[in-house]
Formats: sequence, C-alpha cells, structure tokens
Amino acid sequence: MSAISLADWLQLFGHFLLLSFAAIGGAIVIAPEMHRLMVTQTGMLTDAQFAAAIAIAQAAPGPNVLFVAVLGYQAAGLAGAAATLIGIMLPSSLLAFAASRWSAARQDWRAVRAFKAGMAPITIALLVATGWILAANTPGWAHLILTVAAALAVWRTRLHLLVLIAVGAVVGAFGWI
Amino acid sequence: MVEESQPLARPASVTELFTAFTALALQGFGGVLAIAQRVLCEDRRWLTREEFVEILAVGQVLPGPNVVNVSLMIGDRFFGWRGALAALAGMLSLPLVLVLVLAAIYAEFAQVPAVAGALKGMGAVAAGMIVGTALKLTPVLRVNPMGKPACIAIAAVGFACIALLRWPLLWLLPVLGLAACAFAWTRLSSEGVR
Repeated sequence: MSAISLADWLQLFGHFLLLSFAAIGGAIVIAPEMHRLMVTQTGMLTDAQFAAAIAIAQAAPGPNVLFVAVLGYQAAGLAGAAATLIGIMLPSSLLAFAASRWSAARQDWRAVRAFKAGMAPITIALLVATGWILAANTPGWAHLILTVAAALAVWRTRLHLLVLIAVGAVVGAFGWI
Repeated sequence: MVEESQPLARPASVTELFTAFTALALQGFGGVLAIAQRVLCEDRRWLTREEFVEILAVGQVLPGPNVVNVSLMIGDRFFGWRGALAALAGMLSLPLVLVLVLAAIYAEFAQVPAVAGALKGMGAVAAGMIVGTALKLTPVLRVNPMGKPACIAIAAVGFACIALLRWPLLWLLPVLGLAACAFAWTRLSSEGVR
C-alpha cells in the first residue's frame, strides 16, 4: 500500500465511475475489468491481492460489492477505498434512485406493469442461477448436500439464517466437506 | 410456513430504517439477499413478496449491486431521499468497517486450515440460501398475467442461459427480458388494461 497522488486518485475514481455503468448484475460482473485496470495495466495490486479482496468480502457480512473497497484499500489505503467504493456506487445509486422515482409515479402504466410481470420469472431464475454458479464453483458431494440442505431449510423452515451459516462454518472448519 | 396474511407494517422513522438495514447487512454472510427477503417480507412485514420481486427486478436490470439498489429503493419508498440515504448507509457503513478490518488481518489467518474450511462451508450454505429464497418467491408467479406455463418457460430459459451457458446478463436482458415484457404487455391488453 502506498500514498497516492491527487492525479492518480482522480484517475482511479474516474475509472470506477465509468465502470459503475457496466455493472449490470452486480459489481462482480465487472471484476475482470477491475483486474485489467489494477493488476495488468497499472500494477497497483498483485493477482493474490485481487483474489484475496474477493475472498475477504465474501467471508465478511454485508454486500459483496465491498470487495471493491478492499481493492482500493490495498492499492492506496483509505483514500483508495474511498475512490473505488464511491466511484462504483455513485452512478448506479443515482440511477436506481431515479428509476425508483420514475416507476413509483407511473405504477399504473401498462408498460410499467408489463415490465414488472415480464421480469418476475427472470428475476427468480437469476437468483437460482446465482446459487447454481456459486455451488458449481466448488464441486463435490458433501458440498452439494450442504447446499441443498440449506436451500430446503430456507424454503421450508423458519430456521434463522445465521444458524445455517454457522452450521456451514462448523462443518467446514472440521474438514467434513 | 410463511405468515403472508399478517398486515403490512412500515418503518417508524429514518433511524429505524438505518438500524434495520444495518442489522440486516451484518447478518448477510455470503450475500445479503436471502436475509433481506426474510427480514423485510417476513419478520418486519414492510413489503409483500410481490413487492420484493418487483423492486428486485428493477434492481437487477440497473447497473450496481442488486441488494444495494433494492435497499435504496425501499428507503425511498418510505421516506424519500432521506430514506434512500439511510438504507444505503445502513447497508454499507458497518460492513465496510468490518471488511477493512478483515482486510488488515486477513494475511495472518488465510493459511489456517480451519478458517479456510469454515469459509468453504459458509460458501456452500450461502449458495443454498439464495436458491431457497428463489423457491420461496415462486408463489408470486401464480398471479402473473403471463400465466404459469409461460412463466416456467421464461424462467427455465433464463436459468439455462446464465447458469449453464454462462451468458453475460448484458446479452440475456435485451433478448429474453424484452420478449417477456412484450408478451406480458399483450396479456395485459387482453385483460383490458389500457
């Protein structure tokens, strides 16, 4: 980690502002582009640091987008974290806010209703696909059983989700999967 | 199972919105969406499942983290821009501090086998939680104007393109999304919606 000049900070911030617009499906879809910028092009981070940032954000509670803050932090401390996180959040949040206002004012429009109806099955399919992709990253029967059990527990019971996560942590810590 | 019959509630203040989203984010290991659905629709009853799916749909087609977009839109719905900011801040502030602390100590613990194993186990559970949440939301499709067979077909194609073919969402949304919305449009017209 090193101090960062104002010019470099602005450049980093500007890059992430632009990347924000491409983050359809979440910040993780533009991770390859961040990798190109921060590892390949500028050498701000090593490959290992980049991978660690994603792993850390997944281990910590909270939205996974926070891996972007870890990337900035590793590159240039708190100033770096501010550049990457604010950069990635600002455009998409303003868009979401505008969309929220726009659609709330037009709830009865046929186009808005058609959007909501048409997107509902896709929204649900995307959730299943996300779970599938996460599960497929780590093959093996024990993994699969744990994933399926968690899905059933969430679907059919009122077990607290932290209990499920704790079970997963214990099972994993003892090396049973 | 789920008490859908209870009446809806709403947050009393911007502060409650902030603390609720903070609490929710801190429980979200491996993704916040599952716990968000549980807390917002079932525990606090701020939204119906239908409303949750609608807001999530908007959050998904827009750029940016889905769950952050969803928080912001829910905050806006109750308290305007102040609510949006409160929900956003709740979702990000404390988790940001935590993740930076973790980043500072990560190197020491990454090599411990028990830690690596625990993370793997948590990852497997988190994957299942997202699938379970999706299953819990499927009853929403019963009242969809496109009808059940069309909904199943659209969901199956969407799943296959993303999960099996690994298409980018940016390809899928303009094609399948537009087709589904256009079909929904025609069905709404046959229902007599202007």
